[in-house]
Amino acid sequence: MKIYVCVKQVPDTSGVVAVNPDGTMNRAKMPAIINPDDLNAMEAALQLKEKECATVVAVSMGPPQAGEMMRELLAMGADEAVLISGREFGGSDTFATSQIIAGAIHHLGIKEEDLILCGRQAIDGDTAQVGPQIAEKLHLPQVTYATEIIKEGNTYTVKRALEDGYMSIQVKSPCLITCIKELNEPRYMTVEGVFSADEKPLTVLDYEALKDEPLIETETIGLNGSPTNIFKSFNPPVKGKGEMFVGSDKEMAMQLAEKLAEKHVI
Amino acid sequence: MAEYKSSAIEEFSNIWVFCEQRDGKLMNTDFELISEARKLADQRGSKLVALLLGGEGIGDLAKELGGYGADQVIVCEDPALAVYTNEAYSKVVCDMVMKYKPEVLLIGASNIGRDLGPRCAARLHTGLTADCTHLDIDMNTYVDFLDKNSNVDVKNTEFKMEDVNMKMTRPAFGGHLMATIICPRFRPCMATVRPGVLKKEEYDQTKAEACEITIVKPNIDTAALHEKVLEIVKEAKEVVDLIGADVVVSIGNGAAKDIETAKKLALELADALGGGVVGSSRALVDAGLMDADRQVGQTGKTVHPKVYVALGISGAIQHQAGMQNSELIIAVNKNENEPIFEIADYGLVGDLFKVVPEMINAINSMK
Repeated sequence: MKIYVCVKQVPDTSGVVAVNPDGTMNRAKMPAIINPDDLNAMEAALQLKEKECATVVAVSMGPPQAGEMMRELLAMGADEAVLISGREFGGSDTFATSQIIAGAIHHLGIKEEDLILCGRQAIDGDTAQVGPQIAEKLHLPQVTYATEIIKEGNTYTVKRALEDGYMSIQVKSPCLITCIKELNEPRYMTVEGVFSADEKPLTVLDYEALKDEPLIETETIGLNGSPTNIFKSFNPPVKGKGEMFVGSDKEMAMQLAEKLAEKHVI
Repeated sequence: MAEYKSSAIEEFSNIWVFCEQRDGKLMNTDFELISEARKLADQRGSKLVALLLGGEGIGDLAKELGGYGADQVIVCEDPALAVYTNEAYSKVVCDMVMKYKPEVLLIGASNIGRDLGPRCAARLHTGLTADCTHLDIDMNTYVDFLDKNSNVDVKNTEFKMEDVNMKMTRPAFGGHLMATIICPRFRPCMATVRPGVLKKEEYDQTKAEACEITIVKPNIDTAALHEKVLEIVKEAKEVVDLIGADVVVSIGNGAAKDIETAKKLALELADALGGGVVGSSRALVDAGLMDADRQVGQTGKTVHPKVYVALGISGAIQHQAGMQNSELIIAVNKNENEPIFEIADYGLVGDLFKVVPEMINAINSMK
């Protein structure tokens, strides 16, 4: 059995965000991390592998620098890593990205007992679209927002989180499941893992390798081919600064309370 | 039927809203989306159509959608649609879109909408913009929106006034920037829209009566379905009604060192302000200190309470996206340079663990 884990390297948006003069995010100046939900997908794959014989293949699309992240995933326990990288792929929206990744997985081969795991969404876009769209391109059933995955033979019983509870869904492999952080606690790399990572295969698939793949429509990939385009990006206007109270904690609190009383809030 | 081509954009017309139901009940998001889509349909001079899928008898709910502004409701009734499954729902939604060719398709960005939308967009060969917070079709309306809500100097910017692509605005890059997205070459133009962002209009019984109901028998081969729903469980956990609360007191990173005390203080402050709900920044949820259903922000919930208090929250755009439309914003933070003070009506610089008890005392003393 092969388990493909789709992973994205993202800028760490939880800390300080570097901004270019034109208002776009300066990714080069921000630390790159493995997308958090994707680590839960990787952990789920490694747990399944512990129970039965499986090959875990980490798949990512990104610039050559993402190779470092792939080494980390190998150190975590992935058996193989595949980096899809090419200038032609840059600037792809979710529609374009998913057909490239689906094409790459199709190229690598997907059999009846195989599984694809993804994180629910990446923190730089928050769209949660690429997972379902890969499933559609490969004609596989999907389950998103997984909080529990139980495998019996080729049948997966998955708990899928809803806003007010969950639904329990059964699907057969091959299928695609997207994972959220409630699913598990991702493991760290081990020292042995780091040493063995260098001996594991890291393959790069570029445009040449994938351009004849039937699932990839070369006219709808990349920045210009993507169906959606950025029309305008902007910052919200700076609202006039409100009133800052001064004084001791008690004095500030009293000034606030007076204002609130004045405005009939209290 | 002639071949379906998403690039034949001139063949597509009308504004559609996919209306989600759970347990045979419509969702509040349906009414928000219909209300907003009404404006889009008026801007475009086209018809507003609601698409409703469900089990037998679901058509009884259709008129209510008319009351919020739908001209027509297309009802697909089938036992296989009583409970949401990705397979059956995406099949029926795509079949309907291919048959009627809407220009725009809006879906609520719930856990179900975010499962359905991308699947359909990929099959229909079109773009999808996730989690939109604002939509325009008419360029004048969009320019007006930019003028009020952005730093763009609209007077010195050229716009093609005849552009009729739907302009879909959402926070981007982890919520540090806003972006307007278009899908110019394919139809329908699809967007998921965040619950709680758009305003629901008044219900109008006359409109409900006038609404045209079209029943369509969906074509589902149940034997070919792979996905089986074993059970649906409602969790008896405390329901956090952030969206409906009049007072929201949220805590952020500054609360991490003593989360239990901070939660207690936040709740007491909310009580002093008339009673409300405790919210959270993304950082505390990511750190596992607060439940995800309390998160305010781009990836959490959007709130517009009468009073919003931010305790120990820096206030990145990601957070602002979820609370900036609150009527009154009060911020407490140790660092006077945090962006939260840029949007707060009242700011108190200090340690929340010391300032909040004083706030509670002061407010109670005024009563």
